[in-house]
Amino acid sequence: MARIQIIAIITSFLFLLQVAYFIHRGRLREEYAFIWIISTGVLLFFSFWRDGLETMAKIMGVYAPPNLVFMGAIFAVLVYLLHLSVTVSKLQQQNKTLAQEHALLQRIVEAKEKRHE
Amino acid sequence: MSIVNRIAVVIPAYNEEESIAAVVNEVNRVSRETGLDLTPVVVNDCSTDRTREIISQLNCVALNLPINLGIGGAVQTGFKYALLNGFDYAVQIDGDGQHPPAQIPLLYNAIQQNNWDVAIGSRFITNEGFQSTFMRRVGIAYFQWLIRLLTGRTVKDATSGMRMFNRKTLALFYRYYPDEYPEPEAVILFSKNNLRFGEVPVQMNERMGGVSSIRSFGTVYYMFKVTLAIIFSYLRK
Repeated sequence: MARIQIIAIITSFLFLLQVAYFIHRGRLREEYAFIWIISTGVLLFFSFWRDGLETMAKIMGVYAPPNLVFMGAIFAVLVYLLHLSVTVSKLQQQNKTLAQEHALLQRIVEAKEKRHE
Repeated sequence: MSIVNRIAVVIPAYNEEESIAAVVNEVNRVSRETGLDLTPVVVNDCSTDRTREIISQLNCVALNLPINLGIGGAVQTGFKYALLNGFDYAVQIDGDGQHPPAQIPLLYNAIQQNNWDVAIGSRFITNEGFQSTFMRRVGIAYFQWLIRLLTGRTVKDATSGMRMFNRKTLALFYRYYPDEYPEPEAVILFSKNNLRFGEVPVQMNERMGGVSSIRSFGTVYYMFKVTLAIIFSYLRK
């Protein structure tokens, strides 16, 4: 096994441990952890299978194997960014509803306080 | 008429300390003079000036949002208040003095006589009062064209923020009201939900204070965003 393989495997495992730690401490929701675990899995897979990248590149007709890495990585980032945009939109919607309920409730509370004075 | 309809006058206010008191007092004056039961509902959209302090001293319902939601989220708060507190109608006017409260009876009479769900105050039927700038009228003509294309209805002033709604419409808005630049998109909602609506000639003024939410830099974004919103609102089930 080549030195770079060992480094890659160890790094991937450490990354996986970190993700597991975050989930364990409740700092990362499982739905987001999912994508990180899968990405790490892919890294590990290619760390063990040294010729994997070249084989995959050949199958997909990519001339230079590193380009396959860039393409895959950029695509994964784009998908994840889209997912985050959806999440932010949902949060904004929930935030808006909360703020409105807050204003309406505050009005009720203030009206009650005035009546008691 | 035996039943007096209660009308909530929803006034969104973001940093309107210069004009808000005049607008609220004018609504109350119109209410006294015409006998319409108007209740000003000011929605302070987390203003950074003295708006909150000023409206707490006025004869109005003051709703203070804890965070800035933008015009759509602010007026929706007022609509929710109107619906939950048993108002028969809600009319939206701007807090910067563009919409003279004295025109509210025109909307009310039209919505009653025609049995409409929504009355839209339009500057461009009789072309009286403040007519906006040339570029804005070009934009308004474009929305008129787009809305006619999708709904078959002609709305001459789709960007008008001076509108009156009945409870059926308020119930619809409780579930969904657009966030940013809501007016043209809302017209699509009226059409999709088979609401009866029409335009009423009104006169508007130039704003007394504050700045428009649509400034030169944002114009392209505005046109693009509203076009997308209109199309997607149309496509949505």
